[in-house]
Amino acid sequence: MEQIANQVIFGLLALVIVVCSILTVTTRRILRAATYLLFVLFATAGIYFQLDFTFLGAVQLAVYAGGIVVLFVFSILLTSHPGDKAQLLTPKKRVVGLIASIFGAIVCGYTLLTYPFFTKPLTSVITGEIDMKEIGHALMGMEKFQYLLPFEAISVLLLACIIGGIMIARKR
Amino acid sequence: MEIPMIAYLVVSTIMFFAGVYGFVTRKNMLAMLISLELMLNAADINFVVFNRYLYPEALEGFFFTLFAIGIAAAETALAIAIIINIFRHIRNVDVHNLDKMKY
Amino acid sequence: MEYSAIILLLPLCMFLFLGLVGHKLSERVAGILGTLGLTVTAVLAYMVAFNYFTMPRNAEGVFKTLQPVNFEWLRFTEHLHIDLGILLDPISVMMLVVITTVSLMVHIYSMGYMHGEKGFQRYYAFLSLFSFSMLGLVVATNIFQMYIFWELVGVSSYLLIGFYYTKPAAVSASKKAFIVTRFADLGFLIGILILSFFTETFDFQTLMSNPTSLVSETAGMTFMGCSVAAWAMALIFMGGAGKSAMFPLHIWLPDAMEGPTPVSALIHAATMVVAGVYLVARLFPMYCAVPEVLDLITWVGAITALYAAVVACVQTDIKRVLAFSTISQIAFMMVALGVAFNSDLHAGLGYMASMFHLFTHAMFKALLFLGAGCIIHAVHSNEMSAMGNLRKYMPVTHITFLIACLAIAGIPPFSGFFSKDEILTAAFEKSAFWGIWMTAVAGLTAFYMFRLYYRIFWWSKPDYGHHTPHEAPKTMYLPLVFLALVTCVAGFIPFGEFVSVNGQEYHIHLDWSVATTSIIVAVAAIALATWMYLSENTKPKALADKFRALHTAAYHRFYMDELYMWVTHKVIFQHICRPIAWFDRHIVDGTMNMLATVTNGVSYGIRKLQSGYIQWYVWVFIMGALLIAVLAMCF
Repeated sequence: MEQIANQVIFGLLALVIVVCSILTVTTRRILRAATYLLFVLFATAGIYFQLDFTFLGAVQLAVYAGGIVVLFVFSILLTSHPGDKAQLLTPKKRVVGLIASIFGAIVCGYTLLTYPFFTKPLTSVITGEIDMKEIGHALMGMEKFQYLLPFEAISVLLLACIIGGIMIARKR
Repeated sequence: MEIPMIAYLVVSTIMFFAGVYGFVTRKNMLAMLISLELMLNAADINFVVFNRYLYPEALEGFFFTLFAIGIAAAETALAIAIIINIFRHIRNVDVHNLDKMKY
Repeated sequence: MEYSAIILLLPLCMFLFLGLVGHKLSERVAGILGTLGLTVTAVLAYMVAFNYFTMPRNAEGVFKTLQPVNFEWLRFTEHLHIDLGILLDPISVMMLVVITTVSLMVHIYSMGYMHGEKGFQRYYAFLSLFSFSMLGLVVATNIFQMYIFWELVGVSSYLLIGFYYTKPAAVSASKKAFIVTRFADLGFLIGILILSFFTETFDFQTLMSNPTSLVSETAGMTFMGCSVAAWAMALIFMGGAGKSAMFPLHIWLPDAMEGPTPVSALIHAATMVVAGVYLVARLFPMYCAVPEVLDLITWVGAITALYAAVVACVQTDIKRVLAFSTISQIAFMMVALGVAFNSDLHAGLGYMASMFHLFTHAMFKALLFLGAGCIIHAVHSNEMSAMGNLRKYMPVTHITFLIACLAIAGIPPFSGFFSKDEILTAAFEKSAFWGIWMTAVAGLTAFYMFRLYYRIFWWSKPDYGHHTPHEAPKTMYLPLVFLALVTCVAGFIPFGEFVSVNGQEYHIHLDWSVATTSIIVAVAAIALATWMYLSENTKPKALADKFRALHTAAYHRFYMDELYMWVTHKVIFQHICRPIAWFDRHIVDGTMNMLATVTNGVSYGIRKLQSGYIQWYVWVFIMGALLIAVLAMCF
């Protein structure tokens, strides 16, 4: 019963992701593209939840959906007028894009479908939520499989990014 | 019945190549950036799925995704700052106007 | 005697100072500063000479050889290393005195002669550089140090000949001098390499302690029919012949007269050109180990002496006459060395005579050149035709010039008589052939010198226009007077007590039969010159017409320059350099040009790929990545 519910939920999420992804890149209104992106991000967060990575889902919602999309919306409002529509694509350009994406999808899909993955059954290990304590220790530890160095590197990167953002965007 | 791993991977592949399509075809730089986010997200999903299905005892994929989200946030913020700067100069965000880097 | 290092360093500092900040100084300050520096150097050199020659001799009656300064500069192997230092022995101390004296006189003289010239400060800087290099050359402790300074004097000579660098003749003369001497120095360098390869040392004292080492090391080795030792010494002599303008490498010296006259006096008469003689004297024991090279030196010297004397008889440019006379006199020294041998004091007479003549010649030839400088200064021309009857206008120059002429002609009691007489005696000792040859050349010397003298100071007055010649300023005639005094008394210096072939005391005694012969020949030659040139007449012209072919050939220096031009242009340039230049231009450059053209063409062809559209780049990137993926899957 639970499994069926799981499958139904996955089916819904997959549908949202596929449809909204395609709509994101095909809609002519830029604000709508941002909105569809928001839906995709929500659905991605749902997938994380479904895989029992609740912390990651939360981060996805907070950073992506809550932060980045808001940034997008603001910048879209800054740079375009309401009701602006993108020009229709020229056939040549559409063909070029379609070639790249469909050919790529075929190549990747073929690889994925033919590659022998050795999946382990999910039940073989403890499923369920990962302990927050464990995540915290892993982030701040210096042992093997612990991530203090990347954590610090990313904090420096973020600092650089803040300064860079100010430098680039400020009025001269 | 469990959901097979391949189902997730197919979804993320579609998402990724939707992003490719958008990146190649859209003229608005913000739209290109949105397509880029799609691609990043697809990669994130792959990390998580591989972690869960192939190495359930480890947390590499989890953390990789975590850091990727952080970096994506930083990258987006910077990219948007650049785009707004460009907008100040040429009063639009059309990528076709940025062809000074040619021969 | 560590202070002898200052003798070297002071001119160097003066060169650097005048060269770097000279243009900020006024002409007067620069001149006085340079002269003062040289005065101190000269005083130090005199002190060194005094202290050295008053030192007690060692048990064999020889002056000790000192090395007050010597430090290792480059070490190649355990034995082979290049040092820089100061070697004091009788000949180097004698050279120190000669160089500093003449150089000081030239410094003083130049203040008058070069007055108002553009580049006055540069001139003094170069003079200091030359003094430094020449002093370094004579005190070299090893043959490589000598080579280094040898090249430095070549450079300073080049700079000074080309002092009037706006004059094309001066520029080509400086190039000619540099290239010819440099070519000779190639032989010198190869000689040094052979010598050091076999003896494993550069050091003069080590070489002198065992002068036959080269011969014993290379025993049995021959190259093109001559022993390797002979080759090495002959090649080293080639370097000396180049610097000392020996036939056939003499062609640069007459042209070098394009430089300022005091420079000719200093470099091309008194000091640098005797470097070759000094080199042979320095390595004399080693030359004695290969007597065939000594014979070569004798022949080269004798031919040069005769050739230059004949050419000097018909030249009309007074500086050219003096230049050829210089060549001839240096050849005298070479002959003296060639006929000498180091077996005992008596056989080594030529060695002493050569050094003695070097000393006296430096003084009276510098005097002649400085006098010629005064004359040129007065009449603004080098040509004899612009001169005549100058004794009325320039009494001091006239008297000093006459003294120098008497000295070079070999009339007692002037210095040249004594030294030349020793050379002739040494030549007669070797064989009557050389004695007669050299006496004949000495007669020619007297003739052309008095031709020059009468032609300048007697003959008849040309049209000087409203510009009458006048005596030179004090700074110019004081050095003349000083050098004339030296010329009068230098002959009475007991030279043999200081310098002789093995260092022991040698008492000069005149061989009266030789002396009488040479005096008679000289007087006869002077009488002939007097008869021909005392007053204006047509005798010289008639004589020239009678021996037209000889006169024309001698006037053109027996076409040596033309021969060189023919060899270099028609043979070397045409058949060697042209093809090489063609190869360089078309094959070497062509390869490079082709690479560049191909790169350029390809770049031009593919430049459209850099469209500047980022989406196009992404598309190509993704397609490329996919293509690689497909290829990976297929294989």
